[in-house]
Amino acid sequence: MTEQAVHAAEWTEKLLFTYPNEYIYWSIQIVMYPLLTGLVAGAFVLSSLYHVFGQKDLKDMAKFSLVFSFALLIAAPSPLILHLLQPQRGIYVFFTPHFTSAISAFGIVFFTYFVIVATEVWFVYRPYFVEQATATRREETFAGSLRRKMYKVLTLGAYDLGPRAMREDERAIKILAGVGIPVAAFLHGYAGFIFGSVKANALWMTPLMPVIFIMSAIVSGVALCMLTYIIIMEWKKMMAKRARRSRFAPDRASYEELKGAEVDLIRKTSRYLILFLIIALTLELLDLVFRGYTAVKNWEILRQVIYGRDFNNIFIKQYLIGNIIPFALLLMPRLTIRRAVAALVLVIFGVFMMRYNVVIGGQSFSLTFYGFMEYEIPVIPHNYDTYKEGLLGALTTGGLPFLLFCILNRIFPSVPEVRTEEKRF
Amino acid sequence: MGPNRRELNRRDFLKLSAKAAAGAGLLGAFRVLAPGEARAIAQTPNLRWIFLVDTYKCVGCGMCVRACKLENETPYDAPVTRTWVERYVVLKDGTLLADSPLGARDGFKDPRTMGRDVRPEDIKKAFFVPKLCNQCDKPPCIQVCPVGATYKSWDGIALVDRKWCIGCGYCIMGCPYGVRFFHPVHNVAEKCNFCYHRIHKGLKPACEYACPFGARHVGNLKDPNDPVTKIIFTERVSVLKDEYGTKPVVYYLGLDEVVR
Repeated sequence: MTEQAVHAAEWTEKLLFTYPNEYIYWSIQIVMYPLLTGLVAGAFVLSSLYHVFGQKDLKDMAKFSLVFSFALLIAAPSPLILHLLQPQRGIYVFFTPHFTSAISAFGIVFFTYFVIVATEVWFVYRPYFVEQATATRREETFAGSLRRKMYKVLTLGAYDLGPRAMREDERAIKILAGVGIPVAAFLHGYAGFIFGSVKANALWMTPLMPVIFIMSAIVSGVALCMLTYIIIMEWKKMMAKRARRSRFAPDRASYEELKGAEVDLIRKTSRYLILFLIIALTLELLDLVFRGYTAVKNWEILRQVIYGRDFNNIFIKQYLIGNIIPFALLLMPRLTIRRAVAALVLVIFGVFMMRYNVVIGGQSFSLTFYGFMEYEIPVIPHNYDTYKEGLLGALTTGGLPFLLFCILNRIFPSVPEVRTEEKRF
Repeated sequence: MGPNRRELNRRDFLKLSAKAAAGAGLLGAFRVLAPGEARAIAQTPNLRWIFLVDTYKCVGCGMCVRACKLENETPYDAPVTRTWVERYVVLKDGTLLADSPLGARDGFKDPRTMGRDVRPEDIKKAFFVPKLCNQCDKPPCIQVCPVGATYKSWDGIALVDRKWCIGCGYCIMGCPYGVRFFHPVHNVAEKCNFCYHRIHKGLKPACEYACPFGARHVGNLKDPNDPVTKIIFTERVSVLKDEYGTKPVVYYLGLDEVVR
C-alpha cells in the first residue's frame, strides 16, 4: 500500500504537531456545496421579493431568477455526491435517515424545496404552456410537433386561462413564493448548521453560522442573478446592433431601449444587494469580534489562523476585495453596467472566499491546537480523487447550473423580453 | 350452500384459529425485541468496555501501533492508524515540542522532536502518550452520521458498518480526538474498536497484547472486581478533552496539562 492511497493525504500539507489521522477531508466540493445552495436560496428570495412583497421594480427579474434558482437547485446536490467516497450509497440518506445528524435532513429539506420551486415554476409558466400547446402553426416540423406535445404534457390538462383561474394562479404563486422563503432559508441555514454544530471544530462552532450563511447566500444569489441577467442583455444588445445593421426584425427592441432597461433594472436590484451585503458583513464581523473578546481556550490557535496564516484569504480576498471594494463600487452614484459587472464578480468571489475560509480555514489548524494543515488544491488531476477534489471538479460543479439553466431556459423562457413601444404590424 | 358446508367452515375456522394462535406463540418465542425493551436491556448491561492507559509505563516503542496495524489490516505504510503514540517534550524555557511520526509505528528513533535538536539538560519533562478511540458515552461521531452507519454496541463500543457507510466524512469532522480516518482500501470511515473481535473472545486487544510494559489495559466498568475498574475507582485518573462533553472512557494515569 502506498502513501498515495490515503484519501486527502495528497492535498494536505501538515505543519508542526498534528494527529496522524488529520487531513483536509472536506475540500473544494464542500466549498462548492454551500456556495450552490446559497445561490439557490438567494435567487429564490430575489424572485419572491416581487411575488410576495410586491416589489414591482423586480418584476422582470422575478421570472428569470426563479428559473435560475430551479437550475441551481437541481445542480446543488452534485458537489455532495462527488465528495462522497461511496457515491453509489448516497441514496441511503433516504433509506435510513439518522435524524440526530444535520446531513440526514438534506433529503427532506431538499425535496420539500424542490417541490415548492417546481410547483411555482409551473404556475408561473402555465399560461405560456397553454399558449404553446394550443398555438396553431401553418407548417409544423417534427421537432415543432414534439415541442407542442411536451407543452401539452406540461399543462397537466389545465387549459383554463380565464380571469378567475388566473387570479387563483396568482394566489397560488404568492403562497408558494411566501412558503418558499422560509424553506429556502432553512435549506441554506441548515447547511450552516452542518458546520456550526461541529463542536470539535473551534472555527465552525458558533450559533451565528446558519444566519451568516443565509445572509451571504442571499448576497451571492442576488449578485449571480444580476450578473447572468447582464450577460444575457449584453448578448441581446449585440444581436440588436447586428439586426439594425441588417434592418431585420423591426419589432425587436432597439439597442438603446435594451440598454436603458438593463441599467434601470440593475440599479434597482443593486439596492437590495447592498442591504444584504451590509447585514452579512455585520454578522461576520460580530462573530470575529466576539471570538477575540471572549478569547476562550481555542482563541490562541484561531488568532494565528485568522490574523496570520489565513490573513490574505480572510482580510484581503474576502473582506477587502469581496466586500468593501464592490460595496464602494455599488454605492457610488450613477452606476454603470461595467462598474456593476466588476462589483458583482467581486461579490461572488467574496462569497466564495467566505465559504472557502470557513470550510478549508476550519481545517487549517490541528485538533491538537499545536499544528496546522494546508490545502493544496490539485490543479492537474492524475486520478479520479484529484479530479473531483481539485480545480476541475470545482469547475464541473460550478458550471453545471449554467448548463442546466441553458436547457431549462429553452422550456421556460425566462429572459425578460424588451419590446419596442411602437409596434409595427 | 347447505348447512353442512357452513358447519365445516366453522370447524375449519376454529382449526385455523388454533394454528394461528400456536404460530403466534411460536413467533413470540423468537420475537425481536421492541426498541423500548432493547433500550431497557441496553441501559443495564453487565458489560461496559473501558480502557486504562498508564503513561508512566509507556516508552514509545510503537509495538502497539504495529500490532494494531497488522491485526486490524490497516495498510502498514499508509499514514493513518487506529492507535498511535505521541511524544511530548517540555523545555525549561516553556517551549512545548510534540510529535508522532507515522503514529510512532516505528517508535521514536530520531531524538530530534519536530526537527529540533534538544539537549537533555534543556528538558523540563518529557513523556509518551498512547492514543486510541475514547469510546465516548456521548459520541459526537455517532450523533452526526447521516445514515446511521456508525453506531454504539450494547457494551459501549462505537462501531462502523462498512457496508452502509457512505463516506461523507462527517464523523471524522465530529471527533475531537482525531481518531477516525478513511480506510485506504475499503474507502469508508475507520476507527479503533478496542479490537472488538478479540475482546469478545476473552482475548486482549492487539495493542495491549503487544505492549511489553503493560501501559495499556482494557477493562469492564460494570465489574467491580476488574483490576482496571479498581484502579479507575481508587486512583486519580483523567480523560482527554472533557470540555467537549463527550464523556470519554479511556482513562489516563499521569496525564499532563500540555497533552491534547
